[in-house]
Amino acid sequence: MNAPAKPTVTILAALNKALSDACAEDEKVILLGEDLADPEGGGIVGVTRGLSSKFGDDRVRSTPIAEQAIMGAAIGASLAGYKPVAEIMLMNFTTVAMDMIVNHAAKLRFMSGGQTHVPIVIRTMTGLGFGSGGQHCDYLEAWFAHVAGIKVVAASTPEDAYGLLRSAIEDPDPVLIIENLPTYYTPMSHELPDPSHRVPLGKAAIQREGSDITVVTYARMANETRNAAAKAAEAGISVEVIDLRTIAPWDRETVLASVRKTGRLLIVHEAVREHGVGAEIAAVVNEELFGELKMPVRRLGGAFAPVPYSKPLEDAFAPNAARILECITQCVN
Amino acid sequence: MATNAYGPGAETLLDIYRRTALLKANDERIRKVITSGKIAMVYYSYRGQEVVPSALSACLRDDDQLCTIYRGIHDMLAKGFPLKELWAELAGRTTGSCKGKGGPMHLTYPPKGIMVTTGIVGSSAPIANGLGWAAQLDKSDRVAIATFGDGASNIGAIHESMNLAAVWKLPVIFVCQNNLYAEHTAYKKMTGGETIAARAAGYEMPGVRVNGNDAVEMYAAAAEAVARARAGEGPTLIEAMTFRFHGHNFGDPGEYIPKEEMAAAVAADPVPALRAKLIADGIATEDQLAAIEAAIEVEIDEAVEFAVSSPWPVADDLRVDVFAEEIAR
Repeated sequence: MNAPAKPTVTILAALNKALSDACAEDEKVILLGEDLADPEGGGIVGVTRGLSSKFGDDRVRSTPIAEQAIMGAAIGASLAGYKPVAEIMLMNFTTVAMDMIVNHAAKLRFMSGGQTHVPIVIRTMTGLGFGSGGQHCDYLEAWFAHVAGIKVVAASTPEDAYGLLRSAIEDPDPVLIIENLPTYYTPMSHELPDPSHRVPLGKAAIQREGSDITVVTYARMANETRNAAAKAAEAGISVEVIDLRTIAPWDRETVLASVRKTGRLLIVHEAVREHGVGAEIAAVVNEELFGELKMPVRRLGGAFAPVPYSKPLEDAFAPNAARILECITQCVN
Repeated sequence: MATNAYGPGAETLLDIYRRTALLKANDERIRKVITSGKIAMVYYSYRGQEVVPSALSACLRDDDQLCTIYRGIHDMLAKGFPLKELWAELAGRTTGSCKGKGGPMHLTYPPKGIMVTTGIVGSSAPIANGLGWAAQLDKSDRVAIATFGDGASNIGAIHESMNLAAVWKLPVIFVCQNNLYAEHTAYKKMTGGETIAARAAGYEMPGVRVNGNDAVEMYAAAAEAVARARAGEGPTLIEAMTFRFHGHNFGDPGEYIPKEEMAAAVAADPVPALRAKLIADGIATEDQLAAIEAAIEVEIDEAVEFAVSSPWPVADDLRVDVFAEEIAR
């Protein structure tokens, strides 16, 4: 028997194809961000490479390093009927544009009584692993999940990255997509998704079925959790892995059904554990399933510290497959 | 500033006056209604600044788009915001343009191009750029307007926006209404440089300071900027000098404004000044103007009555308009 072919398709390639397919299908889709167009390299990591050459400088525009101006331009163009996909290079840079995102993109539909709406996508990347220190790799999804009017999405596979981005572009409301920088380049799949592929917003994926414990996670931690679950299986522990994919609004039905089945829940995210997304999920599971739980809900998250630079500190900061496995083992025993 | 080739004709001047008269009467009514307790609201009076948006709007079409600020009801009314939907929104009723969800600081009326009202200082400009970008992509000659105050001229968003508009040659007109007070602080105390208009030079964009209280000057500057934008020649910054006759918000006595400065500004009230000019120049008679003003009062009466007799929203409305899809109970 031949060994299975090695995967070649990365999240980066899937995102590039999603943007290209969306631009090709709908001329209202426009892209903007720092270094986005081909003369500037087609994006700092190349997610938008080739698109300005294909679709023109009017629709695919590099911008000044000015995040408020970028977000404002996206919001304004969306009010006039366009579907802008704005790239904020790194998630920490969204802090510079919070007024535009929180006070305007998220709220204009409500504040206008539904007369206007803001169908924009904000793509941003983050994640530790490259020794970037405290201002280049925070996961800040909880900040945005806390704001009514914006959806928050993170994929952990090329198929989901493609399908979620296509759905986000077609969604009538603002969607923030959090991309993970260190896993952009990891070959994970064998084929690029078909142009018709979509992943609905608000729908989690059960990436591995199991009966002893449910682990709810997203972004790079979904990859770590899948690895931990495979190891746990070798030790006879059956782990159900749920990748939320959409962090807000999150898929309560899928999570509650799984925890009802396993009676145990662990939530894993790279973001600082305190006041994180895990706290909200834990609270809802406690409210709904308190009497059915075999153990208190557990959470693994980043340390309550800025992301550090030094390698041993960076390694210590966030959960990984080994720590997730250790926690799973404790929970089940 | 001398008037340019775009100076307004007699008919335009009368049109501008019509708008200023509406704005002045509407401000006076809002303050009266708040004082009487009939409607409670947060309110930032624009009394004294009426000529700026009236002259500007006389150059604009319905499809030209406006992003204004919390002190912006004059900007909106001048551009055609309907009185009933305005007053019902001020009263927080379901018949308001925003179904009572926005209120005085977030008034919106897209049919007249009134796209955003922001309560955040400086945030009108970044969004106006996007409207301008859309006009460019549509190959339309419509323009986008960002209005803001002298206080906003010191916040980063304005500078990011002027730079991007210049680089992208956007059909955007930045209209700074310099009323000489940023909240409670005198303009000169907190502003580097003599004029705000001079900052445009840093972006290689035309920048002019005009007497915004002079209908002829204001119109000429606005018409020139609009013509440039429509022709694809890019943005303009207009610094319109004006003054507000009341405190920052309703209830603020404005004690930080020296009495002599206020008295001089009120003595030069731009609305009666324009009225007197129309009569002196033979553009309109006293009777004609009085009839216009009386009709405005009736319209406002009807709008207030419509507002206070309209239904209040209900708690379930909180689940609607957060997203396109209603939030489940």
